[in-house]
Amino acid sequence: MKPAPFDYVRPESIEEAVAALAEHGDEARVLAGGQSLMPMLNMRLVRPEILVDINRIPGLAGIDDEGDCIAIGGAVTQGDLADWPDLAATLPVVADALPHVGHFQTRNRGTVCGSLCHADPSSELPLCLALLDGGIELRSARGVRTVSADEFQQGILTTAKAPDELAVRARLPKARQGERFAFREFHLRHGDFAIVAVAARRAGDAVSLAVGGVADRPEVCHWESLPDDAVDDALNDLAWALGGSDDIHATARHRRQLVRHLGRQAIAATAGNRAAA
Amino acid sequence: MPDFAIPEDVRPEDGYVGRRMPRIEDRSLLRGEGGFVDDVPVKKGTLHAAFVRSPHAHAEVVAIDASAALAMPGVFAVVTGADMAAETDPMIVGFENPIDYYGLAVDKVRYVGEPVVAVAATDRYRAEDAADLIRVTYNVLPAVVDPVTACEPDAPKLHPRSDSNCVSKRHFVHGEPDRAFAEAECTTELTIRYPRNSITPMETYAAVVEANSETGGFDVLSNFQGPFSVHTVMALALRLRTAALRHRSPKNSGGSFGSKLVIFPYIVVLCVLARKARRPVKWIEDRLEHLSASSVAPNRVTKVEAAYTKDGTVTGLRLTHWDDHGAYLRAPMPAPIYRMHGVSTNGYGIRHLEVTNHIVSTNKCPTGAVRGFGGPQLYFAVERMMQRIAVLTGQDPLDLIRKNLITADMFPYKAVAGSLLDSGDYHRTVDETVEQGDLAALKRKRDAARAEGRLYGIGYAACVEPSQSNMGYISTVKTGRERERAGPKDGAVASVTVAVDALGSVNVIGDSVPQGQGHQTALAQIVADQLGLTPDDVVVALDTDTAKDGWSIAAGNYSCRFAPASASAAHQAATRVREKMARIAAANLNVPADNVEFTDGNIHAANNPDNAIPFYRIGGLAHWSPSSLPDDVEPGIRETAMWNAPELTPTTAKDEINTSLAYGFGFDFCGVEVDPDTGVVTVDRYVSAHDCGTILNPGLAEGQIRGSWASAYGATFLEEFCYEEDGTFRSGTFAEYLVPTAAELPDIRLVHPTPHPSPYTRLGAKGIAEGNQYTTPVCIANAVADALGIADIRLPLRPARVLEWLQGEEPPPSAAVAPDEAAGEPARPTIDGSGEMQVPATPEQVWALLLDPERMARIVPGCERLEAAGDNSFAGTVVLGAGPVKGRFEARIDLTDLERPHRARLVGAADGPLGSSRGSGAFELAAQDGGTLVRYRYSVELSGKVAAVGGRMIRGAARQLIDRFLRALVREAGGEATDTPPRGLAGRLRRLAGGRT
Amino acid sequence: MKRLNRDGRYPVRFTLNGMPEEGFAEPRMLLTDFLRQEIGATGTHVACEHGVCGACTIRVGGKAVRACLMLAVQADGAGIETIEGLTEPDGSLGPLQQAFHENFALQCGFCTPGFLMTLSEYLEKNPDPTVEEIKVALSGNLCRCTGYHEIINASLDAAKAQRERRRQQD
Repeated sequence: MKPAPFDYVRPESIEEAVAALAEHGDEARVLAGGQSLMPMLNMRLVRPEILVDINRIPGLAGIDDEGDCIAIGGAVTQGDLADWPDLAATLPVVADALPHVGHFQTRNRGTVCGSLCHADPSSELPLCLALLDGGIELRSARGVRTVSADEFQQGILTTAKAPDELAVRARLPKARQGERFAFREFHLRHGDFAIVAVAARRAGDAVSLAVGGVADRPEVCHWESLPDDAVDDALNDLAWALGGSDDIHATARHRRQLVRHLGRQAIAATAGNRAAA
Repeated sequence: MPDFAIPEDVRPEDGYVGRRMPRIEDRSLLRGEGGFVDDVPVKKGTLHAAFVRSPHAHAEVVAIDASAALAMPGVFAVVTGADMAAETDPMIVGFENPIDYYGLAVDKVRYVGEPVVAVAATDRYRAEDAADLIRVTYNVLPAVVDPVTACEPDAPKLHPRSDSNCVSKRHFVHGEPDRAFAEAECTTELTIRYPRNSITPMETYAAVVEANSETGGFDVLSNFQGPFSVHTVMALALRLRTAALRHRSPKNSGGSFGSKLVIFPYIVVLCVLARKARRPVKWIEDRLEHLSASSVAPNRVTKVEAAYTKDGTVTGLRLTHWDDHGAYLRAPMPAPIYRMHGVSTNGYGIRHLEVTNHIVSTNKCPTGAVRGFGGPQLYFAVERMMQRIAVLTGQDPLDLIRKNLITADMFPYKAVAGSLLDSGDYHRTVDETVEQGDLAALKRKRDAARAEGRLYGIGYAACVEPSQSNMGYISTVKTGRERERAGPKDGAVASVTVAVDALGSVNVIGDSVPQGQGHQTALAQIVADQLGLTPDDVVVALDTDTAKDGWSIAAGNYSCRFAPASASAAHQAATRVREKMARIAAANLNVPADNVEFTDGNIHAANNPDNAIPFYRIGGLAHWSPSSLPDDVEPGIRETAMWNAPELTPTTAKDEINTSLAYGFGFDFCGVEVDPDTGVVTVDRYVSAHDCGTILNPGLAEGQIRGSWASAYGATFLEEFCYEEDGTFRSGTFAEYLVPTAAELPDIRLVHPTPHPSPYTRLGAKGIAEGNQYTTPVCIANAVADALGIADIRLPLRPARVLEWLQGEEPPPSAAVAPDEAAGEPARPTIDGSGEMQVPATPEQVWALLLDPERMARIVPGCERLEAAGDNSFAGTVVLGAGPVKGRFEARIDLTDLERPHRARLVGAADGPLGSSRGSGAFELAAQDGGTLVRYRYSVELSGKVAAVGGRMIRGAARQLIDRFLRALVREAGGEATDTPPRGLAGRLRRLAGGRT
Repeated sequence: MKRLNRDGRYPVRFTLNGMPEEGFAEPRMLLTDFLRQEIGATGTHVACEHGVCGACTIRVGGKAVRACLMLAVQADGAGIETIEGLTEPDGSLGPLQQAFHENFALQCGFCTPGFLMTLSEYLEKNPDPTVEEIKVALSGNLCRCTGYHEIINASLDAAKAQRERRRQQD
């Protein structure tokens, strides 16, 4: 379990980083926290020609309140975000989800943007990005573009990020007055990838529910209104529509049951507690 | 130096044995100064080994091309199965069998992960680079993974020298089971399927091997755990005098739980590799290697039948086992099933027993020792049956257990299959556990929970805990006639040496090969007591060296050997030292030798402590002044005990076998609650009691119980090596093979029952390390059976499985979800799909496209090269994967049943370092709306690395690739690709929500 | 921006438990292998190399991290702490080590360095943890010998001893 050989560069600016990516394209991989990439390198599932280590780029380290959004730099770790004092007030669902992202030692290095770019369908941060309909700012030598969550997350380990692009920040819309959020997850062991994870938002009558771990990416269902007596039927249909398959940890049927169960819990929780500030 | 001090409360007048003395081992381990194999410096120039492993469950090895690897700088040698077959003999097992096993695959691979080629290079990184360059061509064969199916006549056969995968079948009759069943008031039966698991020690296999030109053999350093009977197996395979195979183990081993027994085939391969490379070779197994290909406990199917009276007294038992040993038998397999043979009736007074053992080969990782060694499988069947009989006779399961347990006046009790249960009072242990663990409160809790409609159950399990294995029991696999021919096998010799030097320092060495159990501490306690010293006066070195140490075939650490055997040997050796020193001292003190005592570093007259001589002075005399010793006393002080117990007799002509020397007793009960919404089983309370006779050090003993509980909890809820029906392996990482962590492991209440020391061991101690492997899985299963009122409980208790048991029909989706959209793939090894798609070209054009390699090269995702390879066949190179995970595959596609331009079938194969894929499919072309409607279906199977480590995502990733192919096909035909499936799903979700977003 | 070539060996310098260390590494060399094979700091153990088991946990810049998920070249210039640094200057056991010793919180000792380094950071962040908090904090470290019970007790004892020590220092 040792990586195949690769070259290594450690750019000290975003410009250097995107130049390196422009030069090497699909042969390069960005090394941020490495908590997903390094296991794949060690198993030789990924064999890049060159690694572009972005850990020492000062411009990627910040968490900024931009008014409507919180902008999280490309090298900000999950631990940095969890420790950020304004998190619970501005991104309550992220605050609830973060303790489920691996373990504190992996959060010490794993980055928020890295997790989004890895696009594991069971992972918590992509689920939050989907629910909040956040965006990813992608930089390349060709320019800058921002891609919405729905466009960015394409499938298993697959995103809209082109090989020459660097995710320089993720923008997550702040909780607005009157919005309520809830996060629920089912796993077999603490810190594992979720079997099913759900995140709910209620704004007035409207309810959104994001579901991870079932389809090939987190999926969001919006209801303009969802009366209590309609929740079970709506969730049952959602559970069936999402598909999902058997693996060694859970069956498709179990996943459907968890969508129904966790969905009901999360939607109920948004009706009761945790109003955004 | 606080850690060196022995706390005041462990300085009792009556000795150190039995005291909670902190461990000596901790002093180095806690400082990061341990001495594990990988910590030991090696010679400069030592090479590192890596293995090419099979991606297939069953295949012929057609060709191996290592030329590119050998051309790599830094690569010194490769060894293949052909080399092994030429230079070694097959590794022997304890009975005649049709399996030739060489450590590397010869002609065929028989499980995913099987080593095929070994390569040695300057470091592990380069060794893996070289392994990647070795091309193995396979011809894939059908596989079989279920042990019962494997015994059917038309099952794929693993080994050419046998016409059945059942490599051994033995039938045992003890008492008169036929009559017991014929005359029984009631009978019932139950079929158990016990899963495959292991305990995956934190340190993996590790070995350093060097050829020794003086002996013509090899010097080996490894974390092999014994039994050292297997040293003979290695030496014979290497065609060596046994003394020419020098094996050393370092002072520390990072856990084993049985697993490090079967490092031995790797040692044999590494010896051949080192000889070829003409350099020392080191191998540190990695975690992927360990999980796929080291060693597991046999999974087992057991049909258990019981004959019993209306009041629940069990009169007869029939056990039919299909014990699944995977692809090969490796010594001492199939020992687990025979180790438990003598206690097939557990602690119950059942006098009529019939046992049928099928030892079966399947296309899975071969087996080895795992903590519990045959016990979990046996007791799951027996104790589930006891719970069933209680239900069927309408009584409390605990009453039924009590009714059938043997009573205190029956010890020593000869069980019907031969085990001589040495001591105990099982009823008293049960009573004390019920009392101390407050079963009454738990019952009230259950009743209250049930009154609220909750799913709450109580389970019980009792077990006899064998320790110190009889080296002869494995011969029970042979017929009496075969045993007669082979000569007697019995006993279990343990060796400890105690030496006193010229300044009175005490040195102890032994053959117990610890892996963390605290043997150094316990032996220091035992020897200190005999010699009137403190444990800190005793230096215990338990690294081993077959060239220099006292050892015998039973040496090693397994089957709870330490407490009965090594402790006895240490006691015997220390007693001999004491007797010798007493005789020397007596001459100086002018008292008889039997009137001498050892206290606080002095040797003195028993009735006059002032008449004393310091301990060290006697050591000095023995070394510095042999002339002053009594006439018949040899100089020096060094005593080696080779301890054995006469109770360990050979298998009788009636196949009765006393498999172990000392039998402890365990009794557990627990309360569990099942969550009907998630299928999660929560252990609300777990009470565990073990009577293991004399406890040498409660800190060590409790550590063994809690450790066993943890791994047994894992086996009950989380741990399983999963294989698909086609032999694809799914549990290749620690994210797939789930080990309990501190967050989910419930606490247990330990009860301390009155000990009943063994009369057959010198300190009365019995083993303690395996008890919860036996009781916990079935105790919890019995509680779940009680909670849900069902009979068929299968481990591990995955919530998905429990949910199936407790839920009826699932609510169907409403009409808003079309039936074909209500996906949900069933559990199949293959990834299947079908669909249809409109392509803007005529059928003839589409047909031409599909048969044109140049245009196909543009359509097939990641295609680097594609060319015609005969009529209607393509071959080429493709890079396939999901996101960054991708690998280069050699691919071949054959089209058959062509009906131009209407339909065709295709079969394909792709092989690369990431694994191997086989697929088949069919398509139909029909003119429609000026274009072509393409109907397609496919079935793909994946095996090898990516299937083992990426199971969670593999289906989605494969679907993604097929979707890319289809979209490219449309584009190539001149059309615009339609939506990807995720967006299709998004549309579906919008419809569900009423189309308002 | 210097490009490190796959075949080259490059100097890596960092402080290890306060002492400067230096060695050479190819770009792909894991930090675990560098510590053990280049520096000879074999107290850090390797058990899964895919970031799940926690045995190789060390502190980099004060943070507990998986050393198997870092490249040696990434550690250049860092401050690294390992189990070897937990021992007191006079050679006696530090409070964490002592608590493990007294509680029988290790058996084979292979996972122990990872637990100690995990707790070393965690107890600084949370000096007075509850049992439940400790269980979650330790959930990224696997132990196959002990069943965790004694490790949890040792963690609580160590937290107490460290609080006591800090109180005396204040």
